[in-house]
Amino acid sequence: MTYDAWILPALLVWPLMGAALLYLAPASRSKVLALVVSVIEFGISVPLWWRFAPAAGMQFAVDWAWIPAWGIRFHLGLDGISLFMVLLTTFLVPLSVLGSWTYITKRERGFYALLLVLTTGMLGVFVSLDLFLFYVMWEVMLIPMYFIIGIWGGDNRIYAAIKFFIYTFLGSLLMLVAILGLYLHAAKATGTYSFDYDFLLANGTHLGPAAFWFFAAFFLAFAIKVPMFPLHTWLPDAHVEAPTAGSVILAGVLLKMGTYGFLRFALPFFPQVAMNPTIVAVVVTLSVIGIIYGGLVAMVQPDFKKLVAYSSVAHLGFVMLGIWALTLQSVQGALLVMINHGISTGALFFLAGMLYERRHTRLLDAFGGLARVVPLLAAALTIASLSSVGLPGTNGFIGEFLILIGAFKTYPVAAIISTTGVIVAAMYLLPALQKIIYNPLTKAENQKLLDLSPRELIVLVPLLAAIVWIGVYPRPFLSRMEPAAQHLIDTVRPQTTTAVR
Amino acid sequence: MTLDLSNYADLMRALSPESLLTILAMLVLVIVAWRHRTVTDLRIAGWATLVSLGATAAVVWWLWWNTASVEGIAQMIAVDDFRFVTDWIFLGAAALTVLFSFRYLEREQLLAPEYYPLLLFAVLGMMLIGGGEDLMVIFLGLELMSISVYVLAGFNRRSPRAAEAALKYFLLGAFASAFLLYGIALIYGATGTTNLSFIGVQVQTLGVAHMPLFLIGVGLLLVGFGFKVAAVPFHMWAPDVYDGAPTPITGFMATGVKAAAFAALFRVVIESLGDAGGWHLIISGLAVATMIGGNLIALAQRSVKRMLAYSSVAHAGYLLVAVVSGSSGSAAFIFYLVAYGITTIAAFALLAAKGKGGESDVRIDDLSGLSTSRPWLSLALTVAMLSLLGFPGTAGFMGKWYILVAALSQGHTGLAIVLVLTSVASAGYYLPVVMAMYMKPATHAEAHTSMVLDGLGRATLAVAVAAILWFGVAPDRLFDLSRTSGASLHAAPAMALDAPAPAPATAAPEATTAR
Repeated sequence: MTYDAWILPALLVWPLMGAALLYLAPASRSKVLALVVSVIEFGISVPLWWRFAPAAGMQFAVDWAWIPAWGIRFHLGLDGISLFMVLLTTFLVPLSVLGSWTYITKRERGFYALLLVLTTGMLGVFVSLDLFLFYVMWEVMLIPMYFIIGIWGGDNRIYAAIKFFIYTFLGSLLMLVAILGLYLHAAKATGTYSFDYDFLLANGTHLGPAAFWFFAAFFLAFAIKVPMFPLHTWLPDAHVEAPTAGSVILAGVLLKMGTYGFLRFALPFFPQVAMNPTIVAVVVTLSVIGIIYGGLVAMVQPDFKKLVAYSSVAHLGFVMLGIWALTLQSVQGALLVMINHGISTGALFFLAGMLYERRHTRLLDAFGGLARVVPLLAAALTIASLSSVGLPGTNGFIGEFLILIGAFKTYPVAAIISTTGVIVAAMYLLPALQKIIYNPLTKAENQKLLDLSPRELIVLVPLLAAIVWIGVYPRPFLSRMEPAAQHLIDTVRPQTTTAVR
Repeated sequence: MTLDLSNYADLMRALSPESLLTILAMLVLVIVAWRHRTVTDLRIAGWATLVSLGATAAVVWWLWWNTASVEGIAQMIAVDDFRFVTDWIFLGAAALTVLFSFRYLEREQLLAPEYYPLLLFAVLGMMLIGGGEDLMVIFLGLELMSISVYVLAGFNRRSPRAAEAALKYFLLGAFASAFLLYGIALIYGATGTTNLSFIGVQVQTLGVAHMPLFLIGVGLLLVGFGFKVAAVPFHMWAPDVYDGAPTPITGFMATGVKAAAFAALFRVVIESLGDAGGWHLIISGLAVATMIGGNLIALAQRSVKRMLAYSSVAHAGYLLVAVVSGSSGSAAFIFYLVAYGITTIAAFALLAAKGKGGESDVRIDDLSGLSTSRPWLSLALTVAMLSLLGFPGTAGFMGKWYILVAALSQGHTGLAIVLVLTSVASAGYYLPVVMAMYMKPATHAEAHTSMVLDGLGRATLAVAVAAILWFGVAPDRLFDLSRTSGASLHAAPAMALDAPAPAPATAAPEATTAR
């Protein structure tokens, strides 16, 4: 069998097999084994980058029968939107394993097994082309994350875990009703019962007033995940309480599932509703509020992890703005920010975890003058922060710049207000950086900190390299996502030429 | 195999599972009368019960295999797939209950082997309810089942709580039976028959549905069933009774007894009522009240057993949604019943293993830290909780999904939305169980040493958990089974009858009022 035919199912099955393997091996070997499994997973996913043909639409497709009686199929595929999400996931998982090496000290086997199951769930969300399969994957990743937060989290972990679970579960169950509604609607129109993505896309038009309610259900599920203001309140709790790897995966991948959902389902399925002037006004306003509000709240956080968590709300606000502006630049920018945010916020969460392991606190005021004690850590922190701020030369700049250019064409006012969001980002991250690594070195506890170990360097260097690579040479990324972005715009636009302005 | 029920030999064939079970139950009773002193005697009775259940299941299977059906209109007893599949569900629930009872009875010193024949008689009653084609047969089956279960609920006669449970169940159960019987009498008064299909024909052709007598009769019938399935607002007895009864029996009541009452309700609704009258509206109202009431009260429970009791009330609400969906709901009903039955019995078995001397005292917090000392039992309970919650990958999800499909395809969007919203609320009481086991430390080192399950119980539990996961991932076979047996339940076509010549129907059919 050729690579194209087996790669997607293999990416889903391999982590599950790895999780089972963990239980066969002695518990003391769990983390080594998990690292091996996740590195292999990354290894087999890398060729996707070259095998992927940007203009070919959906590829690497697999379409097997699963529950024929309901027309449910095991249908997978990859396009220019999901390619990057898949690679980002397989890239972040081995780093998360390595980043948890000394952080996770109890029940290691369970932790790494859950992390691998989570990998399957996340990848499944990004490659499913059957709505039932998508829903199952969407829910399946909930349980491992719930346990990761709830068992290995901080002091307030149980509250954070249940809040995370209930928020997501509420949104997703309503989405389930909408999926079923679409399914029954298409079945009534054509006589065929199928959850296939393309089938529902082709037969999901002319829904009438039901379209609004279906859209609303999808919107709620995805907006909670993104999270959009005002549905973001689960995020700071979950991020702060989760262990380092949990935060990295949560910010790096899980949040993108929401924006991915908009790109893959909510917009193409319901273009008329999504581009209805009122809906557009609401979404764009909420995105802009998210950008500004997230930044302002981040500014007053004493806790570094909480600061990064609120900065996620702002970054994802940019993504939402880029998606809804629906120009080629803005959608490409949104996709790029989705990747960038995974990389730079991932790096920041790793660094927060490393600081926490050294000092057992994350309060900004507890640090100061670290640049002299731990120069490598300070340098890494600086690069990651600058990328998050969006300094030219880093990846953060390219993504946000594209979104703002693109959005300016359609919603100039929103774009102008959002631009101040970039300044706000500098206003919360730079002072934080100053408090941690500059300022006088007054506290005795900070004088004898150890600098980055080789293991920690291995975790950070790939992320920092990616920051610079995308910042300097984003072409390979942009060229791979362009046809998919254009296709999305073509799917959504034609029906709405009059509605938009 | 086509059976003519007016022919004596064919009637015996149609009734062969029930007849065999009656004989076997009597035999077990004789064995018990002869040996009823030691633990060994108890075990003998238990194994004899399992054999009886197995033999009866085999006879049901024989009828099923020969595609037994009735010539014309069934009298007294139905011969269709729906009856066979529900029989299997009752027999399976009873067999699981027996398997989990061995150790429980010994540990709780309930050395009275009469437990087992009572269980068999209860199953016999259920089979008559599920197969009854006549309101009188259904009523007799209901009484046989109820009386056996009244005794089983109070089986721990040293416990005042069990006595309270039995008395409460008996009084309210008798009350419900009276409602049911009164309803049957009024329906008989309106239609002149107690046969379900004949009633159905009269409803279709004679416009009986408009007669106040008939409507009141149907209303009383629904109240009676409402009590038996513990639908809000007729659920008041359930938590106390579930709480006081021996834990395996609680599991049996929450699955078998409830399933039987639902099976009869389904048969009556589909074969007799059709689209007539306002029953859709009444049952929709009951479903909404039951889903909301059951879930909200369950949120406030701290005792695991009471929580499960209210959760079973909530699940009755989900099943009522299937009832409202009519014939497309009957397949969903069967699927859900299997999924819910396996899960619930497994959950109660785990609870029974945990407690000593009154499981009602097992609070959710008492499970703290269970995962470190009993990882496999914790995993099993987690799977059970997720299945009850309706989480993908478990049978419970497929069941709920199926009910949602049925409800939405019939246009009951409101009910579907209430179902999913209350399911979200139910996370608020299922998850704390998981949370306590995995995320909280044990209160003291010895907290869980008393929690043991014998080899038989462990094996049964493993099979149950495997089945929950299997039906959650590969539900195809069970789905086909549910669909064919659900479809076997339908209103008799009016033409095929030599019913009393229909008088010219004056009233226009009022079929769609309830939609």
